[in-house]
Amino acid sequence: MENIQNFQLLWFFLIAFLFLGYALLDGFDLGIGILLPFVGKSKEEKDILINSIGPVWDGNEVWLVTGAGALFAAFPHAYATALSGFYPAILFVLFALIFRAVSMEFRAHDEGRAWLWEKALLAGSGVATLFFGVALGNVIYGVPLDYKMEFTGSVLTLLRPVPLLFGVVALAAILMQGASYAVLKTEDDLQLRCRRALGIILWVNMATAAVYFVVMAFIFPSLLSNALFYVAILLSMLGLAEMLFSLRNENDQALFWKSSLFFLGLWIAATAAHFPNLIKSVDAPHLSITIYNGSTTLYTLQVMSVIALIGMPIVIAYTIFVYRIFKGKAQARHY
Amino acid sequence: MDALILARLQFAFTVGFHFLFPAMTMGTSLVILFSETMYLVKKEEAYRKITDFLARLLGLIFVVGTATGITMEFSFGMNWSGYSRVVGDIFGPMLAAEAVIAFFLEAVFIGVLIFGRNKVSPKVYWLSALLVFLGGHLSAFWILAANSWMQTPAGYEIFATGKIVLSNFSEALLNSSTVIRFFHTVMASWMTCAIMIAGIAGYYVRKKLHGETAKMMLKIGVILFAVTPLVQLSLGHLHAIQVIETQPEKAAAMEGLFETTKGAPLYLAGYVDEQNEKTYGIYIPRMLSFLYNFNLNSEIKGLREFPQDNWPPVNLVFQAYHVMVGVGMLAIFMGLLGLFLLIKNKLFDANKYLYALPFLIPLPHIAHETGWISAEVGRQPWIIYKLMKTADGASVVVSANQLVFSLIMFFLIYSLLFAMFVYLFFKIVKNGPEE
Repeated sequence: MENIQNFQLLWFFLIAFLFLGYALLDGFDLGIGILLPFVGKSKEEKDILINSIGPVWDGNEVWLVTGAGALFAAFPHAYATALSGFYPAILFVLFALIFRAVSMEFRAHDEGRAWLWEKALLAGSGVATLFFGVALGNVIYGVPLDYKMEFTGSVLTLLRPVPLLFGVVALAAILMQGASYAVLKTEDDLQLRCRRALGIILWVNMATAAVYFVVMAFIFPSLLSNALFYVAILLSMLGLAEMLFSLRNENDQALFWKSSLFFLGLWIAATAAHFPNLIKSVDAPHLSITIYNGSTTLYTLQVMSVIALIGMPIVIAYTIFVYRIFKGKAQARHY
Repeated sequence: MDALILARLQFAFTVGFHFLFPAMTMGTSLVILFSETMYLVKKEEAYRKITDFLARLLGLIFVVGTATGITMEFSFGMNWSGYSRVVGDIFGPMLAAEAVIAFFLEAVFIGVLIFGRNKVSPKVYWLSALLVFLGGHLSAFWILAANSWMQTPAGYEIFATGKIVLSNFSEALLNSSTVIRFFHTVMASWMTCAIMIAGIAGYYVRKKLHGETAKMMLKIGVILFAVTPLVQLSLGHLHAIQVIETQPEKAAAMEGLFETTKGAPLYLAGYVDEQNEKTYGIYIPRMLSFLYNFNLNSEIKGLREFPQDNWPPVNLVFQAYHVMVGVGMLAIFMGLLGLFLLIKNKLFDANKYLYALPFLIPLPHIAHETGWISAEVGRQPWIIYKLMKTADGASVVVSANQLVFSLIMFFLIYSLLFAMFVYLFFKIVKNGPEE
């Protein structure tokens, strides 16, 4: 494996995997952050919802930090262009993530203003999710780039209809992650309300996913001859169908996995359409930043591969260990 | 103001704010590991109460640290995309490795430390304390290796295109300032926490609150407070020697030394007149040379050895450095005084000393912030010492207007975070450990 292209390929998929990990895991944290005021009626119920993600959200957010770090190390041009080019949008993602993070801790200690921190949690989770979707939509749909790989658009470029659609699809998918995780972690009335919310969100996802797949096929005609695209549609539809089934049978364990399966389908379609681009140039394909013209050198990719391929299995192992410690229904009690 | 200055101000402000929190995290995780080990061995409830109390504080500290830390990781791409394109090969892997090897460990197990007391066995809980401690310190190692590489780059080659590529990972990682900067920073964090714990416990003991738990905490705090500034003095000494040898311009700026001198003086306090290239103040003759290699006549390079456009802002570096050293000296005195009172069995009744302790809590923060200012401003005008100018590292697509907006927003949001942090910190301290 001396060929640099093998490593560029490996890192494309590793980064896709890291961001998928982030979407699935922090996805349910963000989803619960948004759902909190809608399904939690009393203070106690809201405590339960927050405690369901309290011990794990921090670790989940590290998937984002790792993904961004890996992007920097493997494809610095994509990292530099996206973060500097999308400056105002990234700024709001940062502010949103800051408020999402501190609002839970502040709420626990600052009981008098709990209502304020719940709003901050809602806004932070919602804005972060929406803008992540929009950012992903932009790199996949394409942005104007110059020959030095710099972004030449404006804020309005970022808010075109297709990237906005990605934002809405992401929001719907993450609400489903949140609701299905909430069903898993709650009991009684609260669980009933989460289940009802999930019932609605499920149909919303049916609609957003249908639009998403049609739009993807329309923008990327090559997908129609790519087997992965059909696998993606199949997985998403299978996920949704099984969720309907599990919801009827009150099989709470299965819901979260099925929701993740649905999300995986969306992800595979995006990855299949995007490969080997990292940031597509919207008007001049030869200006696109790809895994071939945007990567670091072979040696760096090799060093990184050793670190990631030894490190990540260990990370996943102890993450599972800690999730098992906190398995079962969440409690309202304070820590 | 132009975009470059604004970008630098924003980085300085956001990283200076962020560092307040890791500076508390590492030391706190050390004391938690200690008290939890003692609890496991001696089964004394007071130790468990100390752990639980500190874990609650750590939860607050860690969350603000994480929230403001993501800003840092993104800021290289957002504001320093020129730099990021050039150093992705070397700087990128260190940030990525930090996340995989260290930050995951810390973030995953801190959940157990804060929420898991009744969910896991004492041994698993102790293991979590150990892993949070290890995660935080490993994290510091990778971040400081990346920073040190900007100060004393090694293990690289330069392509014809100007791209800097990695040629030897371990040389880049263990460049000539990594190890000493790591220990100096870790000790700064332990010292920060020592004074924080001594300050909190001193308040409890003076007010006769929380009985044995508070006394135990005060003892731990004061012993650590006596030891860490002294260790820091020797680490700082070694760090200074490294700077004199590998970044002589910075060392000269720290002491306001313009002319290369055999038998250079050491300033205790003073002022650098940059216009006339003169330094005024109280100094000990020949002391700098003596400290460098225990030879009163050794030669120290002055700023005039180097082209003037490669000089850092001299007075700022001089002042920041001397504030840090001054605070360090005060800490040594106060720490030893505490230890003396402890040995004489007078600590718990030394009301004046106990009264002073809480007011010392901000001091180590002033020391580490000014220390960082002298290290980073002292590196200017380079973003990578002698390889790349800071001006060439900035993002070309981010305008001054966007930066004014982001800087104001960061200032407002971080002010809110700071106010809430201080308020809740006091609240947690007031509630205190379990009775």
